[in-house]
Amino acid sequence: MTNVALFPTCIVDAVTPAVGFATARVLTRRGCEVSVAERTTCCGQPAWNAGQAAAAATVARTTLRGFEEALSHGADAIVVPAGSCTTMVRVFWAELFELVGEHDAARRARLIASKVYELSEFLRTCEPVETQPPVGEQVRYHPSCHMLRELGLRDEPIAALRGCGIDADPGPERCCGFGGLFSVKLPEVSVAMADEVLDDAVADGATEIVTADGSCLMQLATRAEKRGLPLKFRHLAVAIDDAEQR
Amino acid sequence: MTTQPIAITPRLRARTTAALGDERLGRALSNAADTFEQRRAIATAAFVDHDQVRNHARSIRADVLSRLPDLLEEFADRVIAAGGHVCWAPTASDATNYVRDVARRRGAKRVVKGKSMLSEEIALNPALEADGIEVTETDLGEWIIQVANETPSHIIVPAIHRDRGQIRDALNKVAGGDLTDVPEELAAFARAQLRAKFLEADIGITGVNFGVASTGSCVLVTNEGNGRLTSSVPPVHIALMGMERVVADWDQLDVMLALLPRSATGQAVTTYVSAMTGPRKDGERDGPDEFHLVIVDNGRSAVAGSEFAEMLSCIRCGACLNVCPVYRQIGGHAYGWVYSGPMGAVLTPLLAQREYTTANELANASSLCGACWEACPVGIPLQDMLLAQRRRNAADVRPTEEAAWNAWAATWSRTGTYWASLRTGNAVQRLLGDNLARLPGVGRWTDGRALPPAAEVSFRDAWRRGDR
Repeated sequence: MTNVALFPTCIVDAVTPAVGFATARVLTRRGCEVSVAERTTCCGQPAWNAGQAAAAATVARTTLRGFEEALSHGADAIVVPAGSCTTMVRVFWAELFELVGEHDAARRARLIASKVYELSEFLRTCEPVETQPPVGEQVRYHPSCHMLRELGLRDEPIAALRGCGIDADPGPERCCGFGGLFSVKLPEVSVAMADEVLDDAVADGATEIVTADGSCLMQLATRAEKRGLPLKFRHLAVAIDDAEQR
Repeated sequence: MTTQPIAITPRLRARTTAALGDERLGRALSNAADTFEQRRAIATAAFVDHDQVRNHARSIRADVLSRLPDLLEEFADRVIAAGGHVCWAPTASDATNYVRDVARRRGAKRVVKGKSMLSEEIALNPALEADGIEVTETDLGEWIIQVANETPSHIIVPAIHRDRGQIRDALNKVAGGDLTDVPEELAAFARAQLRAKFLEADIGITGVNFGVASTGSCVLVTNEGNGRLTSSVPPVHIALMGMERVVADWDQLDVMLALLPRSATGQAVTTYVSAMTGPRKDGERDGPDEFHLVIVDNGRSAVAGSEFAEMLSCIRCGACLNVCPVYRQIGGHAYGWVYSGPMGAVLTPLLAQREYTTANELANASSLCGACWEACPVGIPLQDMLLAQRRRNAADVRPTEEAAWNAWAATWSRTGTYWASLRTGNAVQRLLGDNLARLPGVGRWTDGRALPPAAEVSFRDAWRRGDR
């Protein structure tokens, strides 16, 4: 039995708790013992991407300690239902802590990196679960930038969806336009970027967009809602969980 | 004419919003960018191991930059040995003054130019025109925008923002209104016009794609043959080179020539690759009587010693512009400076040496998606550099923003206050905290987007009470 500590991320905590529960159920079905990494908050990425390294480190330090605590309590892995937050932890934490002169924290961040997985990446290590073939939706998978380019996770989410019978069509590798504060600093450009992703999906016959990042999902779904587009949106964890519940 | 290399223009958001309102621009950009990107993908797929080629190219550029002063000395020595003259220009005005002096000494009235972004950077055309010299751009795209009185909106494809109807309209200013929008007709008209300019020019001015130190050769990569005509027909050739554009030898050049056209236009090789080593020699039939090489610093030395040093590896292929989802929406002019797209957003504030602080906001014209880094043939981590510039800007530009982030960090660095923050306010307030949510501009989320509903009970609270 694998002991998994779930790092929910701030977006799941504040906006989409359903993604957290779906992640926990998907992992439980694969025989994992799931806990929540209780003493964590946020990975610090919002501040990091705004160029505010000190603020980012202050927050990341707490979550780093929370991860260490979860591992010391017996967790074998930390699973994150977000490619972007996984990237922050695995790729940018060490750089962040070095920048603010916290070399010991940087060392600990490097140690912990090998224990932290994005959800679809972790599912590759698990036995598949029986599902019923789904009906109806034409699913477009929207690849998120950090997950694709920093973590190199291109096939994993598609494989995870196919594994539960969802034949997702991988969309163009083009940013949804969220980009943290970019979305409000240049909102017109941000929205135009979202529109291109949405219009591509609709033109290709998609009826639903699935992505492994809550931030991209929020950007695309709220733009589609404003435009009244007939598109559904689900997080990868929810799409898998729904397929397995049928 | 001031020596200011780049123009100060209104704020970034106003420019981007105006660009987004231009539907014709949007179509022209996405058509061109898609074409170049598809061709680039095919061209680079020809490499057995693209990553290996890229790593090799990155190490070559690192090697060059690690011994740049020596290579430049060697290059200059060979140019002089081949009979050329060399000017070391610390600033833009040093470079333009040298060119003006040559023109004055030769009594030049007419200059033809090959495409050179460096000449845009140092504002050479207005400097020559102020001396009463007629300057004619001979790259078709450059000529179109010169006739239209515009600046390049792309470092490789200067007129990328114009569709064929708009190109016809520009050239009809010269033709007097007889042209249609058939590309062959437009090109034939330009060819006839420009051919006469080559023949009557007193001086030809080009850029330099690569300077080969071991032989003192200036290498030009073109598709129209205008570079070759510009450098060999007029009696004087002046080549302008950014000081970082040198390679050690022809082996290094070979790798760069394999990558530059593939990355720029998706071509395995361009129509013309020209190498000029000094002026015409005794017994040679073609070439100028006089050859001048102007090696331009204009802020580059300061970059060399900084955390942004690798930006000097850039070979100006434009691949980062073609893949950039932001450039794709707004085009080059919205950046407001000579260089645009990701490379422009990084380079412009560096060359300006913080003198023009409005260039610093270009670091915000990115979602940090990393497509630029993925496409860069020499592996420059452009998105990391944009982020580094945001850090640099944060230190001295927006104290209110920093204070708000520190308040956010104080709340979110303790679990108890973090959990409490998840219980009140709308989604934006919960995610950013009161101080950040109150920053000017954050309310713009709902310009064009719905507000996401905040969770009734946060995930943490729901999990803790036993929900599964």
